[in-house]
Amino acid sequence: MMTTTTPPAPAGTESVPGPPVTRAARVRRRLNSPIATGASILIAVLWTVPTFGLFVSSFRPEDEIKTTGWWTAFSNPQFTLQNYQEVLFGRSASSGQLAGYFINSLVITIPSVLFPLAFAALAAYALAWMNFKGRDWIYIAVFALQIVPLQMALVPLLSFFSEGVSLGGIELMPAWNLDDEEKFVQVWFAHTCFALPVAVFLLHNFISQLPKDLMEAARVDGATHPKIFRSIVLPLIVPALAAFGIFQFLWVWNDLLVALIFAGGGSETAPLTVRLAELAGTRANEWQRLTSGAFISIVVPLIVFLSLQRFFVRGLLAGGVKG
Amino acid sequence: MATVTYSKATRIYPGTERPAVDHLDLEIGDGEFLVLVGPSGCGKSTSLRMLAGLEDVDDGSIYIDTRDVTHLPPKARDIAMVFQNYALYPHMTVYENMAFALKLRKTSKSEIDRRVKEAAALLQLEDYLSRKPKALSGGQRQRVAMGRAIVREPQVFLMDEPLSNLDAKLRVQTRTQIATLQAKLGVTTVYVTHDQVEAMTMGHRVAVMLDGVLQQVDTPRELYDTPANVFVAGFMGSPAMNIKTVPLTDGGATFAELTVPLTREQIAAAQAESGDGKVTVGFRPEDCDLVSESEGGLALVVELVEDLGSDANVYGHAAIDGTSERFVVRTDRRHMPNMGDTVYVKPRTGRNHAFHAVTGNRI
Repeated sequence: MMTTTTPPAPAGTESVPGPPVTRAARVRRRLNSPIATGASILIAVLWTVPTFGLFVSSFRPEDEIKTTGWWTAFSNPQFTLQNYQEVLFGRSASSGQLAGYFINSLVITIPSVLFPLAFAALAAYALAWMNFKGRDWIYIAVFALQIVPLQMALVPLLSFFSEGVSLGGIELMPAWNLDDEEKFVQVWFAHTCFALPVAVFLLHNFISQLPKDLMEAARVDGATHPKIFRSIVLPLIVPALAAFGIFQFLWVWNDLLVALIFAGGGSETAPLTVRLAELAGTRANEWQRLTSGAFISIVVPLIVFLSLQRFFVRGLLAGGVKG
Repeated sequence: MATVTYSKATRIYPGTERPAVDHLDLEIGDGEFLVLVGPSGCGKSTSLRMLAGLEDVDDGSIYIDTRDVTHLPPKARDIAMVFQNYALYPHMTVYENMAFALKLRKTSKSEIDRRVKEAAALLQLEDYLSRKPKALSGGQRQRVAMGRAIVREPQVFLMDEPLSNLDAKLRVQTRTQIATLQAKLGVTTVYVTHDQVEAMTMGHRVAVMLDGVLQQVDTPRELYDTPANVFVAGFMGSPAMNIKTVPLTDGGATFAELTVPLTREQIAAAQAESGDGKVTVGFRPEDCDLVSESEGGLALVVELVEDLGSDANVYGHAAIDGTSERFVVRTDRRHMPNMGDTVYVKPRTGRNHAFHAVTGNRI
């Protein structure tokens, strides 16, 4: 017996009666209340006070810094640019001479951010949208690499740079033998290696969430994988790129360990962090300079964060697909 | 302009036993509007995607004209596709969306401009060319998706339920627009839908699928008048055909006190292949009359009356062999019965459909 009626509409066209109120949704609503806003402003202020103190101190004369707290600067205002002058351009050996290290930091950081971003975006696209044998295993391997601590790779990497790779007496790759400024390459290489697993993982999650129909529409329109990546994927993952870019920039900029090991402490390659650590260690009696030195190292991450922030746009995908 | 030929095309999804599309044989003529229709999961979308090159063909081949495209990538097939959820590029304007495929083929700037403007005029999108998809309504997005296909001037249009995201009124409007457009452009079109009204109104021919198997391909009229099997009979038409399996006698099929006459050949065919003294008979709601008790119709207790304005659908149940069976009858509005009434239904002679009780094939 059969009495067939019109077939049911496919899933997706049915009207969904509003999203269910989950616990997360409730928590989220509470977080939007005025009290929560007030509390978070208070916390933000508390967290910022030390930085603010550092900022004020960096403009105070040496004697003042060494005898009174930074808050007294408001009742007895005495400001000078002396600290910055000394730290950045001072000629004496005891001053920071940070200007050169500042450049070193930029030279280290910018490629160390761009390389992993570029490689990870390509790898993530391939892992998410190209069909090839062993894809899942590669993804699992990349995922697993995230748990390897950076410190474990330091010695192998160092020996890779200085001795190359040889297996059973056969040299597979010669030693790099880099000197002076060439050591930047080692730092870029190391930072790229350390960043890639997380970067691939994050970007893969983002890229694989792009609507499948979009990729198929592009393929039917005649786009090849490189073209789809450039014209469709890249513009749509800008928020993820910006997020990871900031993350990686802060990490590399503030990194001491990797830079110290792979770039060395020489003035031609060492970044700000290495120099600041030296200042703190050897100039204990001239620590008024630390305030301005530290602030100089903070400024760049702040600029990067504020300028990349505008790429955190929501709803980039709006209007593309329905349902 | 091109013909499309499926030759024993088969798709088996990895990890499944049953083919999603099973040895599909189908020929689509030059300039033809062919509609693939069937319930969810019947393989109609898969068939379309195989033609688009988005789905592998595990067995058999697909030809566009005489060219074997079975294993070619989508870009080598010269087809354009309209997706169910539009799949517009969200970061591009309407103009860029439409121009994307042409740019990829290194069409000259002026040619791109001409074609996009032309398509925009055809689809009344001129005012929206510089907008992004998110600033468009559902109907406009759907038209952009159409425009993206039109500017390609492809050999074949593929449409995968392009209307299912529109509201009812817009859907009817767009339905006629697409049909007119296709007639004007004369491009071979394969159109997938689950909506049998769309299939009936738009297609030159309609292919009905079930469980990956093609059931019948024919013009809408033929499909409606002579369905090849029970499934097609029940699928096409709204409300659906009344189809019951009932005992077979010398005179025909017996619905309780009513006997639906069958021809000698039909009776013979029904008894073949272990027919078991039963036959499946169907008659459409509009192919029966309400008669008086003395004329010997099937007694139907009315459960529900749908007043459609032009006419009315009467739903009721009748006792056949001790079980209660539901029937639908379309009737004139002037003779609308009330709920709970008993009416007598008689199918018009010659307008019934007989199917084999076991195989379900038309006899």
